[in-house]
Amino acid sequence: MRHLLNTLYVQTQGSYLSLKTDNIRIEVDGRPPQMVPLHHLEGLVVFGNVMLTPFLIHRLAREHKPVTWLTEHGRFMARTETPVSGNVLLRVAQHGCACDASRTLAVARFIAAGKLQNQKTTLLRSAREALNDDPELLREAARGINGQIGCLPLAQTVDEVRGIEGTAARLYWEVFPLMLRANRDFFWLTERTRRPARDAINATLNFVYTVLANECASAAQGVGLDPQVGFLHALRPGRSSLALDLMEELRAVVADRAIITLINRQQLTPRDFVLHEGNTVTIKDEARKLILAHLTERRKEEVTHPLTARKTPLGLVPHVQARLLAQHLRGDRAHYPPYLHR
Amino acid sequence: MLDFLVCYDVNTETSAGRRRLRRVAKVCTSHGQRVQNSVFEVSVTDVQLLTLRERLLAEIDPTEDSIRLYRLRQPRDKFVEAYGRDRYVNFSDPLIL
Repeated sequence: MRHLLNTLYVQTQGSYLSLKTDNIRIEVDGRPPQMVPLHHLEGLVVFGNVMLTPFLIHRLAREHKPVTWLTEHGRFMARTETPVSGNVLLRVAQHGCACDASRTLAVARFIAAGKLQNQKTTLLRSAREALNDDPELLREAARGINGQIGCLPLAQTVDEVRGIEGTAARLYWEVFPLMLRANRDFFWLTERTRRPARDAINATLNFVYTVLANECASAAQGVGLDPQVGFLHALRPGRSSLALDLMEELRAVVADRAIITLINRQQLTPRDFVLHEGNTVTIKDEARKLILAHLTERRKEEVTHPLTARKTPLGLVPHVQARLLAQHLRGDRAHYPPYLHR
Repeated sequence: MLDFLVCYDVNTETSAGRRRLRRVAKVCTSHGQRVQNSVFEVSVTDVQLLTLRERLLAEIDPTEDSIRLYRLRQPRDKFVEAYGRDRYVNFSDPLIL
């Protein structure tokens, strides 16, 4: 099994990263340079204007450690594609499955089921801690999502699965603000808006989802799957559909939960956001640092995987899931088992 | 991951000795971090430990120099006391710059 290594995030503008005796040497605005040995890292994520020497990029590519470039505000820009080492037979099996409508439907159904189940768990967990008459509303939404899970086996096409998922998503986002217990007048959410984000929650969600999607893309590539050929998500040029598929089950568990925790602990407050004209919101640098630190801590937290029954750090779950999906595609496993959070 | 303390004494009277010193330091930097002038802390897997030991032994002159590897007891922060200027970085903590 893979070892959980750390990811280095660099978001100070104007930093300069170079390779020095198997270390990354980081110069950040005139401070004494810092060295990070490469063997502690599994990837590098840089925000905006951060310079990397070609030698460093080559070395990271050779060791299969991807570099991800995001804009200063966390929007995905590029990612190094390291030499494909995976099994070509596995990729052929994956493409075969993607071309077969009934098999695609089966996988998509399981992915959606995992996502809905985890949304339900998240709602019910929050309901235990919520105040006033919120628990009832949260449980109500969870019941609604439960009903949608029941509809999944009846879906005849992937489009129907997406429709069911959409209905559940509407139920979920409607009650999402009820899970927040601090600064409620500031943190509200009318609808999910992607780019540009219209409110603080959307801005945070977009940011955390980008980070998570990159991890899932790495996981898919790590086991030799093609991250662009997905099942629940439609194929579209330049979109990592499989990474988004793998992410579905983890959205509520990893991303949404993290945001709820940070807001409820009042670590994330209205002061961490900048409101621009024209109704757009961005997150301040310090707050992004805080979110990344929280996510990294969370990655180390151990959960018992329902299928392998082994204690697994949350950060490795995408890798375990990618492996299980590969087993299903190869025909070693009858179904793709989604990750279900307790 | 295993934590080790690597210390070395390399005889620098000759220019060949000074060269060895630089090369030993390089090998140590590529596996861990410098905590004092000739003292490194490394955190390595079993396989990396073999590589590190092999590379160190290839650099030194056994009649002139000495190298000591101490296995640190884990968890490190419970058993290591550091005073004064300490630039140790724990690489499994979130790395955000």
